Amino acid sequence: MQGDQHKQHISGQFNAELDAMKNHLLEMGGLVEQQLVQAMDSLLRRDSGQAAAVIAGDREINDMQLRIDEECSRILALRQPAASDLRLVLAVAKSTTDLERIGDEATKIARQAIKLSELPPSASHATEIRQIGRHVGTMLRDALDSFARLDVRKAVEVVIDDDAVDTEYDAAMRSLVALMMEDARNISGVLHEMWALRGLERVGDHATNIAEQVVYLVRGQDVRHMKPAELQDLLQAEEDA
Amino acid sequence: MKTHSIDVHALKRAPTAAVRDDICLRVEQLNLHYERSGNVALHDISLAIPRRQVTAFIGPSGCGKSSLLRCFNRMNDLIEGSVVAGRVFLDGEDIYARGVDVAALRRRVGMVFQSPNPFPKSIYENVAFGLRIQGVNRKRILDEEIERALRAAALWDEVKDRLEGSALTLSGGQQQRLVIARAIAVQPEVLLLDEPASALDPISTLRIEELIYELKTRYTILIVTHNMQQAARVSDMTAFMNLGRLVEFGETDTLFTNPRESQTEDYITGRYG
Repeated sequence: MQGDQHKQHISGQFNAELDAMKNHLLEMGGLVEQQLVQAMDSLLRRDSGQAAAVIAGDREINDMQLRIDEECSRILALRQPAASDLRLVLAVAKSTTDLERIGDEATKIARQAIKLSELPPSASHATEIRQIGRHVGTMLRDALDSFARLDVRKAVEVVIDDDAVDTEYDAAMRSLVALMMEDARNISGVLHEMWALRGLERVGDHATNIAEQVVYLVRGQDVRHMKPAELQDLLQAEEDA
Repeated sequence: MKTHSIDVHALKRAPTAAVRDDICLRVEQLNLHYERSGNVALHDISLAIPRRQVTAFIGPSGCGKSSLLRCFNRMNDLIEGSVVAGRVFLDGEDIYARGVDVAALRRRVGMVFQSPNPFPKSIYENVAFGLRIQGVNRKRILDEEIERALRAAALWDEVKDRLEGSALTLSGGQQQRLVIARAIAVQPEVLLLDEPASALDPISTLRIEELIYELKTRYTILIVTHNMQQAARVSDMTAFMNLGRLVEFGETDTLFTNPRESQTEDYITGRYG
């Protein structure tokens, strides 16, 4: 049903409402992405000023979530959408929740940046944070891209990729624990880094949720809780098609 | 809402083989055209309609859904020059076979039309009509059967004190339920509902829908409706038709959330035309 997204409704107004709703979601996605980049930047540079700006910026994201959810309920109540239209409204309504949570995680990371800015340079050199931060940043961008382009293949790749983030997260935790054991003076700094890492790992989960919604939206297939092997099959089928 | 799931593809294939308990009506390669105009109303329709479930027929005006519905009790026979080819089985019996008693068929397959059409008689006599034709004349039996039918049609409480009053004094929604009571008084197996709520206000419409939900425990119900939300609400299975062809037939839940055919998608999302 991919192509039908672009076919016009008899009701031009309905068409416009659906387009606007989707655009607002992508706009919110762009803002959330920006918040995450800024939060990461403030953490790596230990810039408390930039971190404070990220924290202040979360309000706009919360407001956007409320506005888009309101749009979704209005369309459900007034238009009784069916099939791909219904799936679009549901996917948007669910994705706003994940985007808002990513915004919250960005805020938490910014808070750790403020704490870290008061401490001496870290023994870890923030290697793990840099790596995982880049990874989940890409996942979020790909998830949003796949939403914009209704690209199932890319969406499934994001979902599959989440396991890699989890593995990286576990490895990072182990190396940070080792640092704490090495020298007790590292503990307070490393603890803040651990919190930030935890936030990044959660961002990966939320990006995955959004990507799952894209598959549902385009294919009508619910891929949540699917095993990696099943996802690989889906990816294969998508490439064969 | 559903009691058991159905193998949709098996239904679509409409196997010619043995009579199945879960299938009430089976249509095989049904074609209908009108001799005079040469118009083809139905084109190679094959499907199997599950027993004691609600099957909805949707599609744009002139798609053939009402024509198809009328094939199930041979109402098209009444239209001069209509030619039916193909077979329709009710419980495994071909209703178009030679020697079929059409009156008996219509007793088994009752029909309710778009605008309520009670007879200009009392409420009691409207429901008694079919029973009297069947030769039921004993007052005690008639009383019992009429109460049963009116209760089943969710009308009893509203009319029990004025059974001798004219049916034409009832509201539109009540008249439609009276007509349903009249149809079920003769204990049919199948109920054909052709736009049963399109002339009714929203509250009466909901009453009829509620009634359909209750009636399906006893009858196989086929409903033609222009109102897609209604089809989505009341039916277990939905058939989408266009230009005399069956485009898609499947479980209502799937058809309205993730249709297979792009034509169906276009129609139910309002992109048709």
